[in-house]
Amino acid sequence: MSKVVKSIKEVVALAGLKDGMTVSFHHHLRNGDFVLNMVMEEIASQGLKDINVNASSLFDVHTPLLEHIENGVVTGISADYIAAGLGRAISKGIMEKPVQFRTHGGRPSDIVQGRTPIDVAFIAAPTADTMGNCSGKYGPSACGSLGYAFADAMFAKKVVVITDNLVPYPMQDFSISEDWVDYVVPVEAIGNPKGIVSGTTQITRDPVGLVMASHAAQVIAHSGLLKDGFSFQTGAGGASLAAAKFLKDIMMEKGIQGSFGMGGITGYLVDMLQAGCFRSLLDVQCFDLKAVESIRTDPRHKEISAMQYASPTSRSAAVDSLDVVILGATEIDTDFNVNVHTDSNGFIMGGSGGHSDTAAGAKLSMIIAPMFRARLPIVTDRVTCVSTPGSDIDVLVTQGGIAVNPKNVELTQQLKAAGLPIVDIHELKEKTERITGTPRKLPKGDRVVAEVIGRNGNLQDVIYNVP
Amino acid sequence: MKIVRSASAGTMESSDAYIEIEPATGLEIQLESVVQQQFGQEIRSAVEEMLRENGVEDASVRIIDRGALECVIRARVETAILRGKGEN
Amino acid sequence: MRRSMLFLPGNNPNLLINGNCLGADAVIFDLEDAVSPAEKDAARILVRNTMRYMDFGGCERIVRINSTDTPYWKLDIDAILPQKPNLILLPKTSSAQDVLEVDAYITKVEESLGMERNTVGLMPLIETAMGVENSYLIASATKRVQALFLGAEDLTADLQCKRTKESREIEYARTRLIVAARAAGVEVYDTPFTDVNDDEGILADATLAKALGFTGKASISPRHVEVINSVFSPTQKEVDYAYEVMEAIALAKEQGKGAIALHGKMIDAPIVTRAQQTLAMAQALGMERGN
Repeated sequence: MSKVVKSIKEVVALAGLKDGMTVSFHHHLRNGDFVLNMVMEEIASQGLKDINVNASSLFDVHTPLLEHIENGVVTGISADYIAAGLGRAISKGIMEKPVQFRTHGGRPSDIVQGRTPIDVAFIAAPTADTMGNCSGKYGPSACGSLGYAFADAMFAKKVVVITDNLVPYPMQDFSISEDWVDYVVPVEAIGNPKGIVSGTTQITRDPVGLVMASHAAQVIAHSGLLKDGFSFQTGAGGASLAAAKFLKDIMMEKGIQGSFGMGGITGYLVDMLQAGCFRSLLDVQCFDLKAVESIRTDPRHKEISAMQYASPTSRSAAVDSLDVVILGATEIDTDFNVNVHTDSNGFIMGGSGGHSDTAAGAKLSMIIAPMFRARLPIVTDRVTCVSTPGSDIDVLVTQGGIAVNPKNVELTQQLKAAGLPIVDIHELKEKTERITGTPRKLPKGDRVVAEVIGRNGNLQDVIYNVP
Repeated sequence: MKIVRSASAGTMESSDAYIEIEPATGLEIQLESVVQQQFGQEIRSAVEEMLRENGVEDASVRIIDRGALECVIRARVETAILRGKGEN
Repeated sequence: MRRSMLFLPGNNPNLLINGNCLGADAVIFDLEDAVSPAEKDAARILVRNTMRYMDFGGCERIVRINSTDTPYWKLDIDAILPQKPNLILLPKTSSAQDVLEVDAYITKVEESLGMERNTVGLMPLIETAMGVENSYLIASATKRVQALFLGAEDLTADLQCKRTKESREIEYARTRLIVAARAAGVEVYDTPFTDVNDDEGILADATLAKALGFTGKASISPRHVEVINSVFSPTQKEVDYAYEVMEAIALAKEQGKGAIALHGKMIDAPIVTRAQQTLAMAQALGMERGN
């Protein structure tokens, strides 16, 4: 028996793809991914219509999808994150059916529960053997973890592994195993390494970012959570990384050994692991070369699936053991609801990703954002879109003060006692508007272009078109 | 105050504004802003006020705003006016 | 309280408008070295507007104007003075004459604005060999002078030596300025440490500056502000000692005693003054008495 199929063209036919079916993709190759475009182009050229694309995230590299949408090849999209290139067109109303946004935990939950069945899953695998055992840790397109692909591999009706590094059976140290895989397709390249992982992610040099990072580290230090066993997640944004660096300094100075660092893993978390700040890293996705190197060589650095990372219906998920998470926001309102889906003009340019999942799980969920970006205040009366509900957000750190969700009475007192600049979020809004002026409200469209599905499957909010 | 030569001020960097001013008959203001929808009117009236304050009645002004605060836009417009005005 | 002073380039809106959020006790809007000759007019207007429209709260506003050998310094003063900066930083001050010339002009502008004389203080920037040698005369030239400020980059060029992290080359200038300033009864501030990425270097340099007697230290990077602030803040031990001194004084008064001792050491007037200064800072920083 051989699972190796010569081309994507053949496998599309073999897998039994028909009009109206759902295909799925994962985003570990990020903006360097070739696989989604190659597969969709083949699907289009075979004349298939009405295809539903379920992708863990869509990046600017996937903008060719627009053509397939215009031609009726793709009529449904669900994703956890959609970058500005596609997002803008979606906000302009290019799709008939609203896009469905889920979280990184909600997506695998719905796949496992059978609510979003996948007909064919395409797994971009940096290394695979002839029976479909595969891994992201090795090969010219190495991306590290394949965390988001597990649910697709386990629950899709057909599973196709696409690789540019086919090795003899059995490969060692595989992540996704052959028993889930139907076909293996060798191709010349699955991605452009330059877009897959960055070289080294630099911490910000922006003074405002550094001030926010320093405040964030101080909030953690005085939260009562920073002790042996501490667990932590942060994004790859400049200020978040700087906060991780400052946090590392504090942990080293106080001799604190944490339990785990999690998330999209960057070199900064790897540094913290190697410095003894954590016993292990739980990795659903690697962001840079250092993280890829680490997950390949260091047994303390573990690949985890999106179900283990964040699914609300798993028997347990790692987000529920998380102490602190640092997150971003494009807007936050006076009820601490956060928007990470749309930009200041209402165009889709992101998505929750793991935002809502980690915010729900972590004991302390902290947003880092400047008081204003390009004259637009970060704090509003009401966010354009509720990506993460305010009940899950504990603290907002800006350069002009730290706002604590009033539900955290004790934390407010602790931070005040530590001399940190605590400010009421309404006051922060007023203070910011004194500097920027009060922005005029944007005209809202009358058509829903996207549904934001909360991590528990509820319809949390909708996004309207931009007129 | 009369604008007698083309002049510019400011930069295209974030939080700044770039202003070009040219001699013309009557006032013409062209505004391009990343916050056009939210602050377009405020920016326009601030620019008009600066021109009025400086007695500029004839000029063509182009503003490319990268999210500058009003005090920055006013400073850049004033600089452009001073650079474009007659004797100096 | 002026532990840290942060230089902000005068023609950079993004930094200027966030200047009060960067943790420094004072910001120095720089119209001199950070601004090219072609942009002097733009920076002057931008800094003036920033000062006019932005609330800097408790953060002091200092402006480094251009030196008296340029055509800009009077225009700088004309534009800036109505905004009532706390201090004008005067670069390349080499003699008392330099101070008198600027003082006279500021006085004239103050008068024309209906401001009280000496509303705006002057801080000569000492960055020439001549300036160092004349430092006492400069510090005591007029009442307007509130502090001296050491600028090591230009000074080392004038001294024809290399500027190093070890800073042996400015040992004399540092101590000379401190003595001159203290003799004249004004404050004295140390030159910035210029390697933005050397965290240990800034700590060592600031610690040395504090030990020598500087009131505070300037910085060209927001990254250095926190370290400078912590080095120039009183320690808990110092605060507690200051409380003890004040209590001992109070007790002595009550008992009608003249000379008093604390932990076997005589408490004299300078110790009391020092204790008062420490407590004033502690109060400003929200520090309380320890155990």
